[in-house]
This record gives sequence, structure tokens and C-alpha cells, in this order.
Amino acid sequence: MDTNTSLSSLRHRLQEGETSSREIVAAYLKRIDASNPDLNALIHVDSEGSLAQADLVDQSLVADPKPDNKPLLGMPIAIKGNIADKGQPLTCASKMLENFVSPYDATVVSKLKKAGAIIIGRANLDEFAMGSSTENSSSNLTRNPWSRDHIPGGSSGGSAAAVTAGFCASALGSDTGGSIRQPASFCGCVGLKPSYGRVSRYGLTAFASSLDQIGPLSREVRDTAIMLNVVAGHDGYDSTSVPQDTEDFTQSLGEDIKGLKIGLPKEYFVEGLAPEVKSAVEKAVSRYEKLGAEIEEVSLPHTEYAIATYYIICTAEASANLARFDGIRYGARVDGKDPVELYSKTRGAGFGSEVKRRIILGTYVLSSGYYDAYYIRAQKTRTLIRQDFQKTFEKVDLLLTPTVPTPAFKIGEKSADPLQMYLTDIFTISANLVGNCGVSLPCGFTENPKLPIGLQLMGKPFEESTLLKAAYAYEQSTDWSSVMPS
Amino acid sequence: MKLVLQSFCMSKTDFDIHYTAKLARLELTQQEEETFGRQIGQIIDYVEQLQQLDVTDVEPTAHPVPLVNVTRKDEVRGSLSNEEALSNAPAKGNGLFMVPKIVE
Repeated sequence: MDTNTSLSSLRHRLQEGETSSREIVAAYLKRIDASNPDLNALIHVDSEGSLAQADLVDQSLVADPKPDNKPLLGMPIAIKGNIADKGQPLTCASKMLENFVSPYDATVVSKLKKAGAIIIGRANLDEFAMGSSTENSSSNLTRNPWSRDHIPGGSSGGSAAAVTAGFCASALGSDTGGSIRQPASFCGCVGLKPSYGRVSRYGLTAFASSLDQIGPLSREVRDTAIMLNVVAGHDGYDSTSVPQDTEDFTQSLGEDIKGLKIGLPKEYFVEGLAPEVKSAVEKAVSRYEKLGAEIEEVSLPHTEYAIATYYIICTAEASANLARFDGIRYGARVDGKDPVELYSKTRGAGFGSEVKRRIILGTYVLSSGYYDAYYIRAQKTRTLIRQDFQKTFEKVDLLLTPTVPTPAFKIGEKSADPLQMYLTDIFTISANLVGNCGVSLPCGFTENPKLPIGLQLMGKPFEESTLLKAAYAYEQSTDWSSVMPS
Repeated sequence: MKLVLQSFCMSKTDFDIHYTAKLARLELTQQEEETFGRQIGQIIDYVEQLQQLDVTDVEPTAHPVPLVNVTRKDEVRGSLSNEEALSNAPAKGNGLFMVPKIVE
């Protein structure tokens, strides 16, 4: 059985009795066994549990062949290693949580299970989701399925690589500054960052609470809509989740996009954009014109301040969120002569370099004497960036940009220079600062080496239907999603 | 706007890594202090560009979707058991977390 298949067709085949849940899970486990030692996309695989669940699914199908409300029945799903799944390891790719076992399910995981999904394993990530390459992992780096010398992107690099390599039917990631969209772009899959508040963060290990959002990575736009249908919705356990009526995000797929207004922010098409990326995105723009969309140049004048704003706010929030790792209640502990020494030694031994840098920077921008100059000023700049988007979205329905200025870079290329690594996030971070939704989808390949190029669409907050409709229209008019790595 | 950064001058800020790491309760080796100190100095120099912006009369945004007074009904409901809450503790005894002695 070929695991290079979309979730929707896999679900269909199971429904029609063409295959069994056990056969599906066994095929995915076989694929994982064959290629994961090389790629390291998954850091934990629950083979026994997945097969046992598959048998239960097969039994249930005998009793009820067409169950309602089970859109993911029997579907092997990978989750990023910072999302809680009861009784399973939750390492966040950190030595700090090497032996941590989740005592409860994240809301998204309860929802996946209720929809019939089988959690096949946990995907690699940059430690605590801090990074853009999945090189900052205590469980070793992940390789790009298209080229073993290249990074898969990050921080949800394991999720993106697992989808592309056929280790799961779909995966969940988390996106704080592009951590779903950037690896989706580098691995050639579809990655959606929902609007802030659309999906509950309960059970997601907090990195930067005003920016974090869980979302799906899938092979196709329809799969993305199916996954969003399952995980979206208000949750009493997350006070930042927004009360919204439930929607069926597959409804708008296939609708005409004639007259849809798409803006091209001129600040996103500038010096530093790789020529092959520029050309692929320009071809996508022409395609949208052919499909009947109205293209117009727009301006987001504060774009150049987005990275500085983002790295002040996210590190400030991270320094507060990661204060909980103190060696007392859970996780690693290194003893000291008093509690303060115990905290310092534990945190010094438990955290990796990038996490330490961010905690220190975040502590600095929040410290007495610097709080107004850095943190409050960044929050004010965040307002200006937000106003740019609000004004632009009065004129256009969607924004179209490259997801990242370049294709995937080489392993080790940027790991010694954190600032150069941060700059790769320029096109994705504004959606997190503003809270709108964004999706990355494949729009071509570089020639040598052959690496995927991603197109980003950004929509107004809570207008995922419009976003996915436009993504689907493009995807259906091209065949990028059917190209697989050899 | 340029996406590629040119060279950096030395840090102009009075960032003190030893002091800040102490505030963060984070023990660093000498080597880490040197490397991170230089790297964070560069990042601080980069974020200094925000000082160029006029933000007079601009309200800060703490949160993309401001929800106020999010409350729930004040009712008793289930939570983790004592055993579950202690299941990941590095040291425990008598149903409690064990910590170093604080009071002499």
C-alpha cells in the first residue's frame, strides 16, 4: 500500500472497504521503519498502540460501516512533540523534559481522538518550538525529504517532513512566527496557521502565548480543511480561544474565485528574494489572474520592523512562560545547596543554546530600566503593523506573498548565526503579530538541487473559508501537490 | 528594505549577560557567556531600529484578539489526582514535592 496519498482518499478507501485500518497503519509503520532512521522526522512512534487502535477501528466498522462524526476514522496522524497526548512522552525536544509523560490530553488531541484519528507518533521540532530549522533538537536534527543535506525548516520541521515522507496522513504543528508555514514551504506540503483564537492552545507547551497557534500540515488543501474542521472551536480551557460558530471549511472548496481581490504587498518583493522563488511566485500570480482574481499592489509600510518587534515580544513572553521549568514540580533537576542554585543549575543543564539565548533576551527586554524602551515600544510597533493589515484588508480579500525569501538552506548554514536565522521569518511573522490566518502551499521547485518553493496566502482574521477556497483553486489548477520526493 | 544583513558594529548597549542570566536563574558557562553575549549584543543592535519610529500616541497591542473578563461558572470540577500531579516530579515523598531545605 502506498502511503503517498491524501487523507481524503485514504479515508474514502477505508469507508468503501477497499482496505482495513490495520492495513493502513501497518503500511505507515513500514514506511516509518524504512525511512525515519534517516530523516528523523518522528522522535517517538507508538507502533503497538496504533495497531491496537486500528483493530478497534476495524471492529467498529463491522458494527457501523458509515459512522457519523468520524472524519478521521483510522487516519494515522502525527503530532508535534510539544502537544500533550495522555500517557505519551512530551519532550518538546528538550533535555529538560526528557522523561516527561503527559498527564492529560491537549484539547486538539481529544478532538482528533473523538474524530477517530490514530496518533501514530510525535514529530521532531526545535526545542520548545524555538527555531526555524529543527536543528535545535535534543533528539537530533531532521533532514529534508527532498535533500538529505538540507534542513526541513522549523520549528514544525518534523511534522512537515513526516507528511511529505508519507509517515502520516496529516500532522499537527504549532506556529508562533511561521513554524507551520515555513517548514511546509521547505518540504512542499500545505501548512495552515489558523487565526489567533480559532484553535485551543490548551495542552500546547506555551512558548509565546499571544502568538502561538496550532494548525495542520497536510498533502492537500482539502485535507487541511478536514483537519481544521476537527481541531477548530471555542474551548473553555483556553481563555484566549474565541467564541465562533462552527463552520465546515470544506464547503467553500471548489467555489469560483472570480472577482476575488488579491493584494501583493510591495515590501515582500524586494532585494534578497531568491530569483527562483520570485519567478515561481510571479507565475502563481499569473495563474490567479487566469482564474479570475483581481490582483493589485498594496503596501504594508511597517514590514521592515516586524522582525525586531517579533523577537522582542516572543522572547519576552518565552522568558515568562519558561520560568515554570524550575526543577521542582516536573522535568529535570540538578541539585544545589539552596533553591536558587537548584533553579539555576537545572535550567543551565536542561535548556539548549537557542532557548537560553531567548530567555536571556526576553529577561533583558522586560527588566527594570529597559521595559519601556524595548517591550512597550515593540507592543506599540505591533499596533502599527496591525493597522497596516487592517487598512489593506479594507481594500483586498487576501494577500499573496512568498512564504520564505529562499528555498530550504543547508544543514549548519545558519546555525552559528542566530540573527541570520531570524531573518528568514520576515514574511511569516506578521500574521502572528496581527492574528490573521495564513497558509503556505507548493508553487514550484528550484532546479538544482530540486527543492520545493512555497506560496503564502494571508486572510482576514476568521476568514479561513476564503483563504482555503483560494488555495484550493490554485492547487487544482496545478499539479505541484502530486510531485513526490524520490 | 534589505533582507540580507550587512556587517555589525560592536554592541552599543550596556547589556550585561552575567547579570541578566542571574535574573533569569540560568547558570551559564564562561564559554556560553562569551558566545551568547556577543550574539545577543548583535540582536539588541538590530532591534534598536525600532527607536527610529515615532510611536507617540500609539496604544500598545498586548494581544491580537482582546477578550475581556473571560470567566467560567464557579463550580467544582475534576482535576489531576495527587498521584497524577506528582507523576513527573523529580523528587517526591508523602504525596508532596521534595525541595531543598529553605529555613535553617
